[in-house]
Amino acid sequence: MLKKTLGALALTSALVATQAAADGHQIDLSGKTVEWIIPFSETGGSAKWANFYAPLLSEALPGNPTVVVTFNPGAGSTKGANAFQEMTYDDGTTIFGSSGSTQFPYLLSDPRVRYEYSDWNVVLASGTGGVAYLPADLAGQLGDGGAASPLAGEDFIYGSQGATRLDLVPLLAWEMLGLQVEPVFGIEGRGDGRLMFERGEANIDYQTSSSFLSGVTPLVEAGTAVPWFSFGALDADGNIVRDPTFPDMPTFKEICEATDGCETSGEQWDAWKAFFVAGFPAQKMVFLPAGAPDNAIATFTEAFAAIQQRDDFAEISAARLGVYPQLTGDAAKTAMASATDVPQEAKDFVINWLSERYGVVLQ
Amino acid sequence: MEVFATALPALNDAFAMILQPHVLGFLVLGVMMGLCIGVFPGLGGIAGLSLLLPFMFGMEPVTGLALMIGMVAVVPTSDTFASVLMGIPGSSASQATVLDGFPMAKKGMAARALSAAFASSLFGGLVGAAFLTVFILAARPIVLLFQTPELLMITIFGLSMVGILAGRVALKGLVAACLGILVGTIGEGASSGALRMSTYDMPYLVDGLKLVIVGLGIFAIPEIIALLRRDKAISDRAPLGGGWAEGVKDWWANKWLSMRCSLIGVVVGVIPGLGGSVVDWIAYGHTVQTAKDKSQFGSGDVRGVIGPESSNNAKEGGGLVPTLLFGIPGSGSMAIFISAVALLGSGSIEVGPSMLKNNLDFTYAIVWLLALANVVGTLICIAASGGIAKLTEIRFALLAPFLFMIIAFAAFQSRQEIWDLVALFGIGLLGILMRRFDWSRPAFLIGFVLSAPAERYTNQAYQIGASRFRRGFEEGIEYVFSPIVIVLIVITLLSVVIGLRQAKNIQAEGSVAAGNKRAPLVFLLGITGYIALAYWNSAVIPDFARMDRVFPVFVATVALVGCALLIVQMIRSSETAPIFADREAEEAADNVHGLWGTLAWFASLLIASALVGFILALAGFLLLFIRIRAGKSWGYAAAYTAAGIAFICAMAWTLNRDFPPGLLQSYADLPWPLT
Repeated sequence: MLKKTLGALALTSALVATQAAADGHQIDLSGKTVEWIIPFSETGGSAKWANFYAPLLSEALPGNPTVVVTFNPGAGSTKGANAFQEMTYDDGTTIFGSSGSTQFPYLLSDPRVRYEYSDWNVVLASGTGGVAYLPADLAGQLGDGGAASPLAGEDFIYGSQGATRLDLVPLLAWEMLGLQVEPVFGIEGRGDGRLMFERGEANIDYQTSSSFLSGVTPLVEAGTAVPWFSFGALDADGNIVRDPTFPDMPTFKEICEATDGCETSGEQWDAWKAFFVAGFPAQKMVFLPAGAPDNAIATFTEAFAAIQQRDDFAEISAARLGVYPQLTGDAAKTAMASATDVPQEAKDFVINWLSERYGVVLQ
Repeated sequence: MEVFATALPALNDAFAMILQPHVLGFLVLGVMMGLCIGVFPGLGGIAGLSLLLPFMFGMEPVTGLALMIGMVAVVPTSDTFASVLMGIPGSSASQATVLDGFPMAKKGMAARALSAAFASSLFGGLVGAAFLTVFILAARPIVLLFQTPELLMITIFGLSMVGILAGRVALKGLVAACLGILVGTIGEGASSGALRMSTYDMPYLVDGLKLVIVGLGIFAIPEIIALLRRDKAISDRAPLGGGWAEGVKDWWANKWLSMRCSLIGVVVGVIPGLGGSVVDWIAYGHTVQTAKDKSQFGSGDVRGVIGPESSNNAKEGGGLVPTLLFGIPGSGSMAIFISAVALLGSGSIEVGPSMLKNNLDFTYAIVWLLALANVVGTLICIAASGGIAKLTEIRFALLAPFLFMIIAFAAFQSRQEIWDLVALFGIGLLGILMRRFDWSRPAFLIGFVLSAPAERYTNQAYQIGASRFRRGFEEGIEYVFSPIVIVLIVITLLSVVIGLRQAKNIQAEGSVAAGNKRAPLVFLLGITGYIALAYWNSAVIPDFARMDRVFPVFVATVALVGCALLIVQMIRSSETAPIFADREAEEAADNVHGLWGTLAWFASLLIASALVGFILALAGFLLLFIRIRAGKSWGYAAAYTAAGIAFICAMAWTLNRDFPPGLLQSYADLPWPLT
């Protein structure tokens, strides 16, 4: 099923690519400098992602322009996104890289958001996944099929970056599983959360796929951490299936089904799934500004598709991005739609939950 | 023994990797680039590394590493130039160097101070690398011992250095530190996102102020203005003989101090989460505490340069430990370093635990490239220091506009908004007044730097501790009072007691005569007013965000008590008491220009930038300043302006940065660099 999906996606990308080339409507960027705006600091995950793609993009674009990544951090990426919203298409030398932290405030009607996704033109959507893990002694107490029920009485500590960030997805997941988790806010990155886990201060944690592979796998080998579940991945029909990077790990859905009191239907589940879809399968996207003409969009779409057809792409991307779809063309549009179009009920549920559980009020 | 069996062959391989002509060539190239960038205050390794990133892809791993490490390693060395020569803290690593280095430059001993600093840096760097080679294989469990309560205690220990740097009136130092902490809490709280002293209507403040702006504002601007008002060269006498050889001799005479401070640098650098911002202060505190004759500290004691400089390069070695062991960057430049290494190895090498296991030779190559870059960088710096020190003999009115241009550009890199310049000007004004009334600026800066970690670790230790106590009283006590915490508490108490007893002798910014009563009292009332406002502002944070309320309210309460005591003291003291220190009275004889007139020049640059953008405003500013204030001919002024603009444009173009736009730019579409 999944292979089919990926295959179909690759085919779509390839089709779009050949179309643009056949039309001969490409824009020429020779001698120009493409500025890739990242609304975060130089040190975050989005910087890694953009720095990975930038030299490849330079090679793939017609005229081989210089591609520079510039950083415009502030207000949890809403500042940079607001600034991008103000820009209009000029000559195709400005692109923008958003992340889950740009999506969530947009979905939660954060007062600082002045941007509108539907004005922008998506040319790449990169997915990722996430894995939850426990210390060995607690993992040993899990019930059949990884059920959380035996851990209901445990006092959990979780290092969190903030309830309105991407951490919303794991925090809501812990709650659905009936765990008593006290989030310790104010950590600066998920790496600090992992360190807190390693020091024995936190006893539950999650990492996105690439950080899990590099940071937690050694702990798993040493026997101090045991993976519990992955958040899963989406198939073509929008169902949650096992994460292709971690095919042996149960998904959160499977764990939820095995746990008493956790429902995989209803208001709470729908809200969780909506925000998971918004935060992970299309976490990082590349946009051209409002008003970009079709040939510019086609040029960038084709460039990103060409990067994925490099012989060495699988090798160089596996460690940096994980094995996740890098969508272009219509697939990227679909991904963007599902990531930014969350049903009103799900939004209301989460906004209400945030204010009741964490006192977070988004005026 | 087993450790050595794996370490020695890897070490051997590492040297084979490093000692190739082309690798060394790239290292020297990186060092040169790093020196060029590090000399300018505020542009640290982050700017330099971002510049190199695009070239990393596909490069041979060792050569790429050599280039990058060459650049990173020399930044803490080369920023000493700005600290010593101009009194500008080039980066967080060289804040404490300013305290004694700059007075030495003023006394005509710039070359001596510089070479002592470089010799110490070199030694510190080598100690750091040697330590890392041995320690890295055994460090993991030790680093993990430092849990949140331990991190909190180290932060408090860092804050206790305020005791030594408080100046003649300890209470003023305390209030200054509290004010620094409160300025550090401005913006969105880390726990619940409550806003403190800011609103969403002014998005600039929501993210808080950045260290580069506060550091430049509190130290650099007051010194530039003060020097301009005297209208002479920085050095007020002819350079003393001896030059750089003298400085190296100074270092040798204090080699044990240098050794101790290097170890402090390594140890503090190893602990993830604190970064390098406290290291130099702790080293300075240690230097002062262990010195027999303390009378010269703050007015040009070479030991005050050797201590912090030994620690700040050693810290780089120590800082690699969390980066290599856990894949967690200890600083911004380390974070870029991690992603650059990933580019280098085409994804096969990733900084973190797996690299230590599978690529130990590569790891050692990093460590020793760092040491080697230090040696190369230091030698170049020592060789250059005699010449660069001549800057202190130039008439300052010719140097100042150039410096101000660089500082404004550096400050603008913080958020790339015109508000960066406003913040710089505002903090600069505070710095000028603190300098004038002898309020400890180092204390303020320590407070600012440690504000965020102090609040974060307090909240986290409280939360985690409470959870442990719920599980059992014994478990809670064990967590909160671990042996390391107890040792740190004892050290902190000793340091505070010794510090307070000695504070009267140590005038970190020189002695200041008292003036009249009114001006110091007005300034104190102003500070009290701000603190009271900050108190009220955080006290009204609602209960659901109480984690963001407790810390500022506590600090503001302490500060208000301090302010009240100071006001009482002021009312009861006579006019000649040290509490009424006023530099304006002391420097009256030297100053040929008024404070407000001098300040107006820079205010006009700020206002003009807001109207027509930075470059146009700068061109006008340079031209008029050199013509009118420096009294040069129009031709001279025009040439100066052209050179200045060309220089700043070249720099911005290389680093791929823009300049602050003004109102004009929102109406007209202008070509770069006028955008």
